[in-house]
Amino acid sequence: MHAAVIVFPGSNCDRDLAVALESAGAKVSMVWHKDTDLPAGVDMVGIPGGFSFGDYLRCGAIAANSPICRSVVAHAERGGYVLGVCNGFQVLTETGLLPGALRRNGNLKYICKPVELRVEDCDTVYLRGYKPGQVITVPIAHHDGNYFVDDAKLAQLRDEGRIAFSYVNNPNGSVADIAGVVSKNRRVLGMMPHPERMAEAAHGGTDGKAMFDGLMDALALA
Amino acid sequence: MKAKVYVMLKEGVLDPQGAAVQHALGALGFDGVEGVRQGKVIELDLATGTTEATVREMCEKLLANTVIESYRIEM
Repeated sequence: MHAAVIVFPGSNCDRDLAVALESAGAKVSMVWHKDTDLPAGVDMVGIPGGFSFGDYLRCGAIAANSPICRSVVAHAERGGYVLGVCNGFQVLTETGLLPGALRRNGNLKYICKPVELRVEDCDTVYLRGYKPGQVITVPIAHHDGNYFVDDAKLAQLRDEGRIAFSYVNNPNGSVADIAGVVSKNRRVLGMMPHPERMAEAAHGGTDGKAMFDGLMDALALA
Repeated sequence: MKAKVYVMLKEGVLDPQGAAVQHALGALGFDGVEGVRQGKVIELDLATGTTEATVREMCEKLLANTVIESYRIEM
């Protein structure tokens, strides 16, 4: 699998995401936001955490309009895989590839701590290494992770089984405890928690590793 | 010419910053503040002849996230 990790000014989890993908066996190319094209043959794009463009205007809004994001949207529309973590999730909602928006945390605080996530019954390659209902521990580190969708969209996400992860104890006020959602074709996943920060023993846990391994297995078979 | 764009969270979208400001005003002894909503104002210096329709397009594409925000333009 060939993965591209996008680097914006202010990204700070780009290397972590690259290391997690490489550990799973992927070839990883780092791609600067001013590039207009993804490297040829990229199967999967990772949009990392951080504070792209200093969170100016809205988290992810400027990044979502950067040159490379037009190629990321085209990649997704061709059926390519995209994983957005934290700021990457914010960028994906701003591009419109994923529904909803991320608001300021309900308690107005930046929250940085491990949280328990429930793996939902969501048919996507990202969750192949988990069982529905399984509870995993993965860190969050965000100020604006309070997920919002309106009631109609929430009903649609539920009907279509597109909620990937829920918080066991909602830390930020997200609608329906949502921590991550997938696109209609299930190939774009956005999530606030950081699986790449729980991917090897030195991190204090490996609950995030199965996501990268599952993705790798699925794409190796494709 | 100048334009001002007012961006606010939509009615029905919880505004935790507005709620915190309301709470702080109450703590300072200002009674009767029944609600606070916090938004932002964006001032644009525009070339003569720029239409409100163009500013509207700027709002839709970048200045506001219409999933959660509404906007109002003053030209």
